[in-house]
Amino acid sequence: MIEALIDIRPLLAILVSAIALPLIWASAKKPNLREFWSYFCGVVMFLIIISMLPFVISGGVVEYTVLTVLPGIEFKLRADALGMLFAMTASFLWIVTTTYSIGYMRGLNEHAQTRFFACFAIAVSSAIGVAFSANLFTLYLFYEILSVMTYPLVAHNEDAAAWDGGKKYMIYLLGLSKTALLAAIVITYMTTGTMDFAPGGIFTTSMPSMLVILSFALFIIGFGKAGLMPFHNWLPSAMVAPTPVSALLHAVAVVKVGVFSVVKVLLFIFGVDVLAHFSLGTPLAVVASFTIITASVIALTKNDLKARLAYSTVSQLSYIVLGVALLNPNGITGSILHIGNHAFSKITLFFCAGSIYVASKIKKIDELNGIAKKMPYTMAAFTIGSFSMIGVPVAAGFTTKWYLALGAVDSGSTGFLIVLLVSTVLNAAYFMPIIFRAYFKEPAEGVDLSGVREHPWVALPLSLTAVISLVIGVYPDLFLSLIERVVS
Amino acid sequence: MNWILNMPILDTHLLSVLTFLPLVAVLILLFVKNEDFIRAITLITMVLVFIISIALVLGFDSSTHMMQFVEKGEWITALNINYHMGVDGISVLFILLTALIGWVCVLASWRAIDKRVKEFMICLLVMQTAMTGVFCSLDFFLFYIFWEVMLIPMYLIIGVWGGPRRVYAAVKFFLYTLAGSILMLVGVIALYFAGGETFDIQKLMAIDYSFGFQVFVFILFFLAFAIKVPMFPFHTWLPDAHVQAPTAGSIILAGVLLKMGTYGFLRFSLPMFPDASQYFAWPIIVISLIGIIYGAFLALSQEDMKKLIAYSSVSHMGFITMGIFLFNTDGLEGAILQMFNHGITTGALFLCVGLIYERTHSRELSTYGWAARRTPGYAVFLFIFVLASLGFPGTNGFIGEILILFGAYAQYKMYVFYILIGVVLGAAYILNMFKRVAFGEDPHHPNNEIKVWDIGFRETISLTAFLIFVLWIGFQPMPFLEIMHESVVHLISQVGVDPETGRAVLEAVVENVNAIDAVDATAIEAVVDVAGEVTP
Repeated sequence: MIEALIDIRPLLAILVSAIALPLIWASAKKPNLREFWSYFCGVVMFLIIISMLPFVISGGVVEYTVLTVLPGIEFKLRADALGMLFAMTASFLWIVTTTYSIGYMRGLNEHAQTRFFACFAIAVSSAIGVAFSANLFTLYLFYEILSVMTYPLVAHNEDAAAWDGGKKYMIYLLGLSKTALLAAIVITYMTTGTMDFAPGGIFTTSMPSMLVILSFALFIIGFGKAGLMPFHNWLPSAMVAPTPVSALLHAVAVVKVGVFSVVKVLLFIFGVDVLAHFSLGTPLAVVASFTIITASVIALTKNDLKARLAYSTVSQLSYIVLGVALLNPNGITGSILHIGNHAFSKITLFFCAGSIYVASKIKKIDELNGIAKKMPYTMAAFTIGSFSMIGVPVAAGFTTKWYLALGAVDSGSTGFLIVLLVSTVLNAAYFMPIIFRAYFKEPAEGVDLSGVREHPWVALPLSLTAVISLVIGVYPDLFLSLIERVVS
Repeated sequence: MNWILNMPILDTHLLSVLTFLPLVAVLILLFVKNEDFIRAITLITMVLVFIISIALVLGFDSSTHMMQFVEKGEWITALNINYHMGVDGISVLFILLTALIGWVCVLASWRAIDKRVKEFMICLLVMQTAMTGVFCSLDFFLFYIFWEVMLIPMYLIIGVWGGPRRVYAAVKFFLYTLAGSILMLVGVIALYFAGGETFDIQKLMAIDYSFGFQVFVFILFFLAFAIKVPMFPFHTWLPDAHVQAPTAGSIILAGVLLKMGTYGFLRFSLPMFPDASQYFAWPIIVISLIGIIYGAFLALSQEDMKKLIAYSSVSHMGFITMGIFLFNTDGLEGAILQMFNHGITTGALFLCVGLIYERTHSRELSTYGWAARRTPGYAVFLFIFVLASLGFPGTNGFIGEILILFGAYAQYKMYVFYILIGVVLGAAYILNMFKRVAFGEDPHHPNNEIKVWDIGFRETISLTAFLIFVLWIGFQPMPFLEIMHESVVHLISQVGVDPETGRAVLEAVVENVNAIDAVDATAIEAVVDVAGEVTP
């Protein structure tokens, strides 16, 4: 029996942004004060979340029912091990990203900075809300808030490309969630009479197979944020956003909300037994494998650094889906571990891309020759991040691949093991040339790197996340102890 | 607020006071000349009506489906016509909605109407009396009078204070609705004779009409109500009326008048003609679905903000008629709640259009785009109402929508997917509208020179009133659902279907067969045999 503590802290963590919002708005004319509020709220949010950690690690959950909307439909929060892992990662990275945003936004003298920081605060809170949701209604609520509140961030530049990217973003995310996800929720509620997440799932093996398969498909399609092919196209388009947005939202908050929701629904609505009974794991694993390989191949063809990173994200997200779809403890461990690992490593890479852009206005990979001499911290961090993506030992990504490989072996299918190996080769193929160019090639003709300098506000956070990517690779115990609670 | 209910006159004639208080104000207005006094008197009357209506809702006993606050007096005894009023769980919510819309409309036309102020306010007050009367009447004759009286002030509001094509729009509105009401009059007279020369609605409900008669009167009533809703393909008067009407006219039209049709279905069609309702449920659901999707497509292509919201109403009303004809608890409660929601949300959206029109004198979406920058307060309100309109979780629209979806799933699973096409299109057109109003201004547009100002105190009050209901129903819909629950359960029992799914109950079919005259025993046995095979 899981020990449940009734406590308001999950709600407080989410409400921090609601307090931050008027403060950020009111101090629009004083940028220093405005950014102080962003920091302050980020720290408060992180501390509130961390304060629940010991209790959750010891095997408990923190619950809070805000109100009952309809019988069986509650606005209810629950901080469990899976949610804690995601919430900790997201809230910590918000603090880091705020530092980075200050450097980036001021470095480029961007417009509408107040709107930027305000929407950012709400977006992070919604991600925490998804992490702590105790039922499908709460999850859906925060999922939709996140979609809508990130739109101004994606369309931040307010030019034709930004409007197009934003439009695609909304059509994909809202369109899928309004049709498939809502239908899946209706079916779930009408057949089981509840929307609550329960360990082991609320579906049973005695349910009609058509219904289970249909709702499974609708859930997977509905969570468009997970970036599974063929519903991944919004993600590269959303890269028109300023880099801090791409970094936090499209490497951490938004896409991770997508895969987190998939993991949550697979484990807590369906349950491993039901998925195994209706043999739904393998088809999903095949789709995920397809996405991993195809997205990596597309990434190879991209010359734009952010586009390459975007396709790398699409590919890496599918590792998380693949791990759960293997339906064994090792696979699930690898999958959940990757939520944290990928967050730290990918945000490092995006930070680096932004850092290069702020310093030199370079976006194209073939113009990066020799830039490492001018930007040593950035390129060192980029190298660590890339190694993590590839899965070089010691870097965070290695532990993920290790567990995923174990899971693939446990599932008895060599096919998925081959997918992992091939994708590792592909990862190396699209990251190593960048590192090679930056360190060992002379600057390309027509590219002048003489005035390029790293911005300290930008270099500091990216060094920090790079170091953390190494630390959690060497010492993954904190994450693993949380995951143990989920898997057992 | 019990002291209001215990006040003299109010303790016995609450509904009459609620209905006729605005008419008393009209008498006073006749002797007032100062325009600001006229506005103030109207506002005070409307606020009083609102307060009394709140007392009515709070004093309403939701544990029964019986008519409450009943008043009955003889009127024209020769024709057995009575002055008979009362409310149940369905109508009481719409009295509250009407009262809320009432004072908001006065505020919305405070400065927007600057010519013939007295006449305009009189129109609003008469309208208020007629609309409240429609929801209170328990006598068909009385109901019909209120129903017809609604037409005239609305015709004047559009025709006198409307836009450039106001006369065309007003006449079109008048002719469409009049055609419907005349058909209904034929139906009412038919009922009068079939029911033993009475206009008493409750007595007429208790009678078992023959199937042929039910079909005949159902069609007459259906046409009247379908025009009023308006359902596809009777919707063409709506965009013209909305576009030409002044802001207050649009709010009343969207907020209350569109509810009259669906209220008619709930009050008359379903309980009086249960067999015909079941017989026609399937085609009605199909045209509702067509309306949902067709209305949404039309809304997608609009350049005129008012037209866009008008077409969105066609789509949203499709959800409601669909919910009603699902016949199950979730579907009906969702539909009734959605009627209330639509009044709140669309009323608020038309108010938002009115506010921006007052500033720019343009309704073209292409002339906006600066709202987020130049009028941030307005943009925030508009944004929340846009979310409510698209059924965002946490707003009233979501609750109504999900209840209708539950009902649709219980009745026939595939309906869910058809509805969701409409839902996603709904998100598309309304978000596109918001984007074009709030972001992405054209820096070279001449309208950028126009002086705009953010919402003032008066406007904030009316928008906040709507906002409270949006969030209240969004997070705590139970009080609203409890008020209507018993009445809905009773309504379903009158239709005689299974309350869970809304499908016909097999025993009821057998009973109906029994009731048919001149049926020989072997036929009954055959039916029972079939029934036995179906339900082991």
